[in-house]
Amino acid sequence: MDVTADEPRPWLGRSLPRVEDAALLIGRGRYIDDLGVPPGTLHAAILRSPHGHAEIVSIDPTRARALPGVTAVLVGSDVQAHSASLLVGVKAPIECWPIATDRVRYVGEPVAVVAARDRYVAEDALDLIEVAYRPLPAVIDPRAALAPDAPVLHPGLEGNLASDRVFRYGDPERAFADAAHRVAIEVDYPRSACTPIETYGVVAEYDPGLDAYDVLANFQGPFSIHAVIARALKVPGNRLRLRTPPDSGGSFGVKQGVFPYIVLIALAARATGRPVKWIEDRLEHLAASTCATNRFTRLEAAVAADGRITALTWDQIEDCGAHLRAPEPATLYRMHGNMTGAYDIRNVSIRNRVVLTNKMPTGLNRGFGGPQVYFPLERLMQRIAHELGLDPLDVIRRNLVPRGAFPYRTASGALLDSGDYAAAMESALLQGGVAELIARRDAARRDGRLYGIGYAAVVEPSVSNMGYITTVLTAAERRKAGPKNGAQSTATIALDPVGSVTVHVASVPQGQGHRTVLAQVVADVLGLKPAEVRVVTDVDTAKDGWSIASGNYSSRFAPAVTGAAHLAAMRLRERLAHIAAAQLNVPAVDVVFDGGRVQARRNRDNALSFARVAAASHWAPGTLPSEADTAIRETVFWTPPELTAPNDADEINSSLCHGFIFDICAVEIDRVTAEVRIDRYVSMHDCGRMLHPGMVAGQVNGGFAHALGAALLEEHAYGPDGSLLTGTLADYLIPTAMEVPEPLILHHETPSPLTPLGAKGVGEGNCMSTPVCIANAVADALGVADVSLPLLPARLAQQVHGPEKAPRGKTPVRPAAKEAASERQLFGEGEASVDAPATTIWAMLLDPNALMAVVPGAHAIEKVSDTCFTAEITLGIGPVKGRYRATMELSDLDPPRALTLTGSADGALGFGRGTGQVTLREEAPGRTVIGYRYQAAIGGKVASIGGRLLDGAARVIIGQFFASLARQAGGGGRPAGLWAWLRRLLGFA
Amino acid sequence: MPRLSADCRHMVSFTLNGAPVSGEAEPRMLLSDFLRYVVGATGTHVGCEHGLCGACTVEIDGQPGRACLTLAVQVRGAQIRTVEGLAPAPDRLSVLQECFREHHGLQCGFCTPGILVTLDALLRDNPAASEPEIREALAGHLCRCTGYVSIMRAALAAQQRLGKKTDA
Repeated sequence: MDVTADEPRPWLGRSLPRVEDAALLIGRGRYIDDLGVPPGTLHAAILRSPHGHAEIVSIDPTRARALPGVTAVLVGSDVQAHSASLLVGVKAPIECWPIATDRVRYVGEPVAVVAARDRYVAEDALDLIEVAYRPLPAVIDPRAALAPDAPVLHPGLEGNLASDRVFRYGDPERAFADAAHRVAIEVDYPRSACTPIETYGVVAEYDPGLDAYDVLANFQGPFSIHAVIARALKVPGNRLRLRTPPDSGGSFGVKQGVFPYIVLIALAARATGRPVKWIEDRLEHLAASTCATNRFTRLEAAVAADGRITALTWDQIEDCGAHLRAPEPATLYRMHGNMTGAYDIRNVSIRNRVVLTNKMPTGLNRGFGGPQVYFPLERLMQRIAHELGLDPLDVIRRNLVPRGAFPYRTASGALLDSGDYAAAMESALLQGGVAELIARRDAARRDGRLYGIGYAAVVEPSVSNMGYITTVLTAAERRKAGPKNGAQSTATIALDPVGSVTVHVASVPQGQGHRTVLAQVVADVLGLKPAEVRVVTDVDTAKDGWSIASGNYSSRFAPAVTGAAHLAAMRLRERLAHIAAAQLNVPAVDVVFDGGRVQARRNRDNALSFARVAAASHWAPGTLPSEADTAIRETVFWTPPELTAPNDADEINSSLCHGFIFDICAVEIDRVTAEVRIDRYVSMHDCGRMLHPGMVAGQVNGGFAHALGAALLEEHAYGPDGSLLTGTLADYLIPTAMEVPEPLILHHETPSPLTPLGAKGVGEGNCMSTPVCIANAVADALGVADVSLPLLPARLAQQVHGPEKAPRGKTPVRPAAKEAASERQLFGEGEASVDAPATTIWAMLLDPNALMAVVPGAHAIEKVSDTCFTAEITLGIGPVKGRYRATMELSDLDPPRALTLTGSADGALGFGRGTGQVTLREEAPGRTVIGYRYQAAIGGKVASIGGRLLDGAARVIIGQFFASLARQAGGGGRPAGLWAWLRRLLGFA
Repeated sequence: MPRLSADCRHMVSFTLNGAPVSGEAEPRMLLSDFLRYVVGATGTHVGCEHGLCGACTVEIDGQPGRACLTLAVQVRGAQIRTVEGLAPAPDRLSVLQECFREHHGLQCGFCTPGILVTLDALLRDNPAASEPEIREALAGHLCRCTGYVSIMRAALAAQQRLGKKTDA
């Protein structure tokens, strides 16, 4: 059964054009929002929290339910009535609902779901749902969340610490006691996400007869989440049919996070008795999909005089956001076997704490856990070199896992399958031209320019062990729960009655070209052309082969899924060889598959067409040599035996394959603008055998661009009150073609001995290596010890220019009250002169009804007291019309000299609150100076999507309000009012 | 432009990729939604609805524009060209599309329709566009898969091939 080579075989290893592309290039892709839905399908929109932390006092959906076209409005209690909390991966008394129940814990948390005739009507209805919130103090920083007086998110927890585990490998105490040096680093790694351009989408149906859900979602796996969804919906797994669309517009881990919405939309379908569809919008995505964890890390090394590291001590505080959502805290444990990176370090201690804060819940994101580990580790390598006066390359060289040591078992249990790290590194230095870069740096520095070089050595794990997450449990807890391990990948190959070949896998690609590569894999085995092999990658859990490990994550396609397909093709070929052998009158071992024919090895003219042999089991099963030779469909499940469960010493082989990356980055920082320009980026990869070099390059370039964004631009930014400040792609900055240079990509192949085709993962490595490599280059350029991401010019400017000096002449206005400092605040002051006596102005200010009357769109004015009024105002801003509840109150009356004016408005676009201290001073008879100082806080959507414009513009507008007030009191000018101010302020949304 | 009632649907007709199309739309309906849900031309994708990602870019009377920032009623009578109109025949790719395929200029393909529309117009209107000009045109589009390297290669290859075609 040789594979001989009269055809241009093997196909594998060649960069064939992708079979996916033709449809995608002509606009015929089949993404979730391109697929038809059943007649009568309703469209959902989701009302979301404008607050980072608040109690829900009441929700009144009456008016929304009454809107024509609206079928149902679901609130937290409706969801709780028919579902259970999502499973939480640690032993802690916390629940995780896909919708707020009694309180909201992050901006964007679902509060209500509307199902209506179309999306436009559904969004109209959101504006009619009345929610009363009682804002609570928020906590944003993971260390602050651990403080004894920190606001507590989940009262059941009595704090914000969800998990605290300590690990010890070797004898770290002794290594530290004996060490010549101790070098430490502290890192706050920020949040970012790979933000696919296609957002989440779900279409759900409910069959009341069977109590079964049928869900289509652009979910990416892992399908362990299927069990979580089914359990939440209170149905057995066979009553949750989960399907994925043929195409998906990028994921990078992020589309794992669609699953809470699957639960919500499924329940909406149940409540309405109709199919319900929901497509997430971009603001929803940036506020409430998922992102990588932010993490505080303190890492210390025990170091010998020559730079050799003898021990590491990790203290990690992982911030999973407002809920511990499955599979978290996996981000913290995915790298557990790799906490020593590419280095031979035998003594390690680790403390892992998981905290909850008022931010979006975290989840899968390209590089999953890697950037958070390698940033401190590789920054530490540079610091060791600096503090010991060594060449950073020598420090790396002296610590790398030595050649010849593979397979190498790390201190915490990972099995590094293959590699020659030193050779790859030296090759990168040579081919990457490091000597030239160093000369360039010397020359630049002589000219007074800021030029730096950074390095990073990284082990890139792939094919996650499904059991690694259980390392968060103690050995006793694990024994009780039963062992979890392995990673079942699956492939099915089917032969139809005309002998054509279809491959099905549950790998759920989002653009990675799985169909192309699998066609190559199977064509090689069966002696066909790739174009003759049809590959199907959409998944239907009701009909397809799948396991909990199915899906597209941990770079498992190339190492694991292609292997399963290869094994399935080999089995099928063996049966086909038996069938052909009988007809060709040769032994099966002498049957050759080549060029679409099945031939006798020694007489190639003695042959049958592949199609004839392949169709035989359909048409003439009676002619088969034996029943066991039936060749119609072959399904293989493959799990590597190396992926064992964590042992009692907490050693875990967290991943099957381990690629190696050595990166070099040279940057120049502009002395004026503090902008980072990448002069050269070199990325050396050992990803084992390359199955499709074009796609490998695509993965490296794409991962590099993500990492560049994370290093230089991107952050999910929150205000101290929990406001999300990055709600559009103009605030959350994704690199464009202008920002991304082309890296020099190099390869040093050492095939993995543990995968059927020798391949390892390659898609995530640069997300691990590149952020820290750029940071090391920037630190080298600036000559500083501390650099934090993202390396925005505004942040680096302080290090280039020193701290900004206060402007001359003006004293900045500061908050009066202490608690005000914790909010996103605007401050201002000014005065205006009016030709009227102070008593006249006073009388006007004291007539809120008169002020209210000039507000356009105000209705339902209610006088609460002499000094307090409420109103409803309807505001139309461009095509967006919204309703707001507004309150105005006068206090601290000191007639006719001073008063305080407090106003607020709450609506779908957010909320604004302002307080102004107004003083009246008669500078001459009949002439009064009105002085004002104000502070205002703005939150909700306006803060998320208008933050860029808001601060400056709001100052102008608030100033104008008081100036107009003065004009109106003086009898001149246009009438204006607080409402006009609020209206215009909100108009920025 | 005639005054439209917000509560009513209005007939919208225009030319899409050379053929007349028409349908009803409320005044607030976006062109992107009209193309996708009323006409059924789902090749134009929606990535942000803020005019920032560029996925929804279509050609409106010869100029690339964002379908998500355009109301359907605004394009009555206009000539609209979308990704579905770029190929010379259903089974044949344009030179630009072919170059994207050869150079792996796409992965998930979601941003690709907008990028193709922009580059198609650029290479038509400015066949001698410099590399920085092409890069700048591309900067109006966000791609999360490719890191832009292969897209630039595809665009430059298409420019060269189209130039040769014109010269011949």
